[in-house]
Amino acid sequence: MITTEQHIDPKLIPILETVSDPEIPVLSIMDMGVVRSALIENGIVKVQITPTYSGCPAMDVIGDDIKKALKDAGYKSEVELILSPAWTTDWITPRGRKALEDYGIAAPLGAEADKDVLLHGKRIVKCPQCGSTNTKMVSQFGSTACKAQFQCDDCLEPFDYFKCLK
Amino acid sequence: MKKSLYNYILGIADNSLILGQRIGELCGHGPSLETDIACTNISLDLLGQVRSYYQYAAKIAGDGRTEDDIAMLRKEREYVNVLLVEQPNTDFAYTMARHFLFDEYHLLFLTELKKSKDMTLAAIATKCIKEVRYHQRFSSDWIRRLGDGTEESQNRMQAAIDDLWTYTDELFHQTDADKAMVSEGIGVDVTKLKNAYYEKVNTVLEESTLTIPESKYFQKGGKMGIHTEHMGFLLAELQYMQRTYPNMEW
Repeated sequence: MITTEQHIDPKLIPILETVSDPEIPVLSIMDMGVVRSALIENGIVKVQITPTYSGCPAMDVIGDDIKKALKDAGYKSEVELILSPAWTTDWITPRGRKALEDYGIAAPLGAEADKDVLLHGKRIVKCPQCGSTNTKMVSQFGSTACKAQFQCDDCLEPFDYFKCLK
Repeated sequence: MKKSLYNYILGIADNSLILGQRIGELCGHGPSLETDIACTNISLDLLGQVRSYYQYAAKIAGDGRTEDDIAMLRKEREYVNVLLVEQPNTDFAYTMARHFLFDEYHLLFLTELKKSKDMTLAAIATKCIKEVRYHQRFSSDWIRRLGDGTEESQNRMQAAIDDLWTYTDELFHQTDADKAMVSEGIGVDVTKLKNAYYEKVNTVLEESTLTIPESKYFQKGGKMGIHTEHMGFLLAELQYMQRTYPNMEW
């Protein structure tokens, strides 16, 4: 069944919150919204996660980290990768967005934000260092599949922008 | 049915695998740091996407072969990608033109595949299209920049488009697997994408002050496993590790 709802056993939430994205360590997988379900069935925790990007090399590590965290808490677990429904940046929680900003990564705006920046010279992405919107895109593709490269024209710092994926 | 579906999946996945390998060749060789990173990001997307397809193909084949076996251990004649995607990276205009001519097709194709009766293929398409929109944005941007750029960049982009144009028609040829899957409501009828494709491509070429080629002669063969001379060299590099150290794993 395709559902955008998450089904997570409340007991497991504190454990899953300790697992972070290896590429963005300040962001827990719960705040990223990649855990779609985590339920205890016959003593085994069955976890379903969805990749952010198809080629995201972090997914294998995330799967292993989930198993390890659950094992440390005394649970046996199985992790399954599901493709549907496809992940969207809308699933990043407000706390996750705040963590990104504090870490120096601009959180995703609307779907067309970077296109607007590229084609119309709009300045809407806020520099996570100084807060200025006087920023420009350097490249649509950044240090990982999920980020674009930006630069602030006020404080001159380069920074990553988490691309909007819908 | 099972065999047709298997062949149909390979027909989709091989295009992305070979194009992903080609664009990945720019890793460390891109004309600038940003384009280098962009091309390797796009390669990573495409290779990630083909994993989903080959995993599904391996499940359908059910003969013990894994996604890696299917991706890495076939012979040249067993790959059914279109000739367009195997063309070499001669210069950056050529590389971007090849990508653009495939991206426009890829977007139209995935838009239709999302409606497939096969839930797995529909899910993969829904996932992939989000990424492919970025690819098309990147490549079409370079068509405009180079086409409407300097005399030198325009000449090179025009030469690339003229040369690669002969490989575009093959995108809309139906294979036996295509026909079987279209009749099941699983596959995409590629013949119906042709008009929309040339309309989209021509719009970008016009915006880029490029001339739309008039050539009526088109190459074909890739979908039947008959490739250009570049394919063997590409596979030699792609398959090197598995051929040299059989059954190796990371």
